[in-house]
Amino acid sequence: MEKQKANIDMNNEVIRIRGLQKSFGDYHVLRGIDLDLYQGENLVVLGRSGTGKSVLIKLISGMLYPDTGTINVLGNELTTITEKEMEALRIRIGFSFQNSALYDSMTVRKNLEFPLVRNRKGITRKEIDTNVHSVLDAVGLSQTINQMPSELSGGQRKRIGIARTLILNPEIMLYDEPTAGLDPITCIEINELINEVQQRYNTSSIVITHDLTCAKMVGDRVAMLLDGQFQRVGSFDEVFATDDARVKPFYDYNFIE
Amino acid sequence: MPALKQLLQLTDLTFETNRSIRVSISYVNYTFAQLMEGTESTSGTAPSRFKKIGNAISDFFLMLYRIYAFVIRFFKEVFLPPYEFKEVVRQCYETGVRSFTLITLTGFIIGVIFTKQSRPSLTEFGATSWLPSLVSIAIMKALAPLVTALIAAGKVGSSIGAELGSMRVTEQIDAMEVSGTKPFKFLVCTRVIATTFTIPLLATYVALIALFGGYLNIAQNEGTSYATFIEQAFEPITFVDIWASLAKAVVFGFTIGIVGCYQGYNSTKGTEGVGKAANGAVVTAMFIVFIEEVLIVQIAGWFR
Repeated sequence: MEKQKANIDMNNEVIRIRGLQKSFGDYHVLRGIDLDLYQGENLVVLGRSGTGKSVLIKLISGMLYPDTGTINVLGNELTTITEKEMEALRIRIGFSFQNSALYDSMTVRKNLEFPLVRNRKGITRKEIDTNVHSVLDAVGLSQTINQMPSELSGGQRKRIGIARTLILNPEIMLYDEPTAGLDPITCIEINELINEVQQRYNTSSIVITHDLTCAKMVGDRVAMLLDGQFQRVGSFDEVFATDDARVKPFYDYNFIE
Repeated sequence: MPALKQLLQLTDLTFETNRSIRVSISYVNYTFAQLMEGTESTSGTAPSRFKKIGNAISDFFLMLYRIYAFVIRFFKEVFLPPYEFKEVVRQCYETGVRSFTLITLTGFIIGVIFTKQSRPSLTEFGATSWLPSLVSIAIMKALAPLVTALIAAGKVGSSIGAELGSMRVTEQIDAMEVSGTKPFKFLVCTRVIATTFTIPLLATYVALIALFGGYLNIAQNEGTSYATFIEQAFEPITFVDIWASLAKAVVFGFTIGIVGCYQGYNSTKGTEGVGKAANGAVVTAMFIVFIEEVLIVQIAGWFR
């Protein structure tokens, strides 16, 4: 499916990162990241395993703290933000985990209700039900409402995980390896879902992946993370129009005949 | 020493913002490493052995700081809204009702066995009529809270450690955190409240069921009537004893809950971490329970 033209506002940066560095012990994972995410765009971050892709979005969501550099998310500077402001900001950011991270002890309905009832004070039972059905409908899994996460397939779990973040109407979506461990057809379905979410909920997203099909399908822009920095940023074709020995194999090995 | 200054500043900072204990700890840890490097470079060539010992010591104090921070965080958050009443009730059910059969059986058997084993030494002096008060003192003052705590540490503590550990490993706790809900409140506070509340109840129940076991054995052998047994059993027990036992059970309950939660909540990544968390929850809780037993017996002695 061809990606619809996204409605991107290039004057409105929802995330602005400058000079971001992060190391764990002696291992310098991120060595000076500069990044802008514009309102309404899907930015794909490509890179090999262990290059710090997940670390980057964990820093953006406030799960990790940077060593140096600034992260500005929706006008809030994360390095100086108070705990209260961070709580308020987190509701505006959706995070889709690599392994979906559904709450095992709760049904799909309870999973979806969990963030909703805790963040919207005084919400009525009817509003909760409307919201739950609306997001389940958006991910196309209305029939699973009373199932436990263990009864769902990998692709279904991923969709419910995305639904759980959508229920709070986030302005930014962060996807951590959305297609990892799924069969090719399910991968395409998830990619289509990511595009649908972008259109329907008007979100700006960062998609972490090493799946080039995913990058091509969902990315308005692609950024290649190499040696802790964004070496190549641009459209999918622009990024791979190079003879750089660190970039080329990434493309070539993906389509072995 | 600039590194030390930086460390102190950072620990202050973490108290101020208190965004996440985990984040602050990794920060302190990092600065500790810097500190060690700093001392090495100024003092010339320090042998690596000293560095290892230094690391071990700093690790130990970091662990103490972590536990301290965890307990403080519990008391900070437990009194603030939102209150997860439903989850507290559910956890009380999990800890209380689920251990009920095991506790009943163990309590009853302990009563019977203790009575049976004590009889020969009393028979030597012809003092079997003292059996009810002897059994009662042992059960009410020491056995009931201790046995309940040990069983709960094995059954409840390990399951809390394993459950929270696997939630940490599968990023469910992170998922709660990023969705603006408060995982510490929902997972830790509720469980610790539940164990602190249910274990005294269970201990009281164990005391009664163990006394019943003792009574059956005594009634069968000595033919003592129920009324006489009760009279003799409660005669040596004072209010201080009952309060001391209840206080012990409350402290044990809190210990089991907080240790299980600490181990699970801070378990490292990987399936191995889940096993370690469950194991650590039981071993540490049992160890601390014995230390507390000694301390509380001493303190209760001052009130007599």
